[in-house]
Amino acid sequence: MKRVKRRYLALEIDSEEGFGSEEFMDAVWGAVLKLYGEYGASKAGLTLIDYDMEKRFAVIRIKHTTLGMIRTALATITKIGNKPAAIYILTVSGTIKVLHKKTKQ
Amino acid sequence: MKRTFADLHLCPNVKDSEKVSRIVSKASKLGYRLMAITLPSNITQEETQRLRNICKEAKIDLASRVDLKPETPRELIQNLRRLRRKFEIVAVMCESKNVARQAAKDRRVDLLNFPSLDFRRRFFDNAEAELASNSLASLEIDMKPLLTLEGPARIRLLSSLRREASIAQEFHVPIVISSGVSYELLMRKPRELAALASLFDLDEALALEAVSKNPMSIVKRNREKLGPKFVAPGIRIIRRGKDC
Repeated sequence: MKRVKRRYLALEIDSEEGFGSEEFMDAVWGAVLKLYGEYGASKAGLTLIDYDMEKRFAVIRIKHTTLGMIRTALATITKIGNKPAAIYILTVSGTIKVLHKKTKQ
Repeated sequence: MKRTFADLHLCPNVKDSEKVSRIVSKASKLGYRLMAITLPSNITQEETQRLRNICKEAKIDLASRVDLKPETPRELIQNLRRLRRKFEIVAVMCESKNVARQAAKDRRVDLLNFPSLDFRRRFFDNAEAELASNSLASLEIDMKPLLTLEGPARIRLLSSLRREASIAQEFHVPIVISSGVSYELLMRKPRELAALASLFDLDEALALEAVSKNPMSIVKRNREKLGPKFVAPGIRIIRRGKDC
């Protein structure tokens, strides 16, 4: 079986309000579903790896073929749990180890 | 070579210094090296200088921009005559077909912008593109409505943008992608703006050019024209004095 290549995305959450990881993931799933539908979302392999609201930082994992799709969907997020917010991609990496190295830099 | 990114359409209230500096520092943080703020046509030089100083502190270059909303082609020509040499970027909000046609063929116009909510008044068709390709005008696409609209309105907008982007490519009209926002949380990184362009089937390479090369070349060309050494396209003063 062909190995599934993945991408890890370090995200910055910009908002004056706070919210939980569920609200955050609901917003991400909602954006993907709105733009690409259930068929597109099923291809993304979207998983939350790390979430730190204090640092306004999150890490998600996706399938590498859907990077463009997820980048677009994340850019359309303007609210998380009805609170104004924006999500920016800080860095993208193939392994979590390199992702942490890059974000520390 | 590293790309330099530009956002040519930010519209904060220029009288609110605090808001302007927040938007400027956000733009710098997001990776833009040049931004254009829509200024009122009667802005004084002191006010423009104050804005330039705010941008200088944030290490970002400011280009002055004016948005013209003429009702007739005649009004457009009058406005261009009065304002062209005062601003680095002139954008025309084309709200009627006659104005759109005049704007597309006038070499003093840099950007053609169409109302995003009224789909019947988006006049960027083959004829408009042909006129624009013979002049210097670029098609400006604001991304704000893509973020704020939902449902059928966004679907209709995407459909119009897809058609316009394809016409622009066919007639070699440069596309400029701008944010068009007045609120920091709606600002996006340049690569994210380019990713949004994939929603209307613009290639990644073209989308990246639309946030870097295309806007930068408009500003470079106009700064050259507005500079004291410019005589005519291709002719500039290289030395002054008695021995010339």
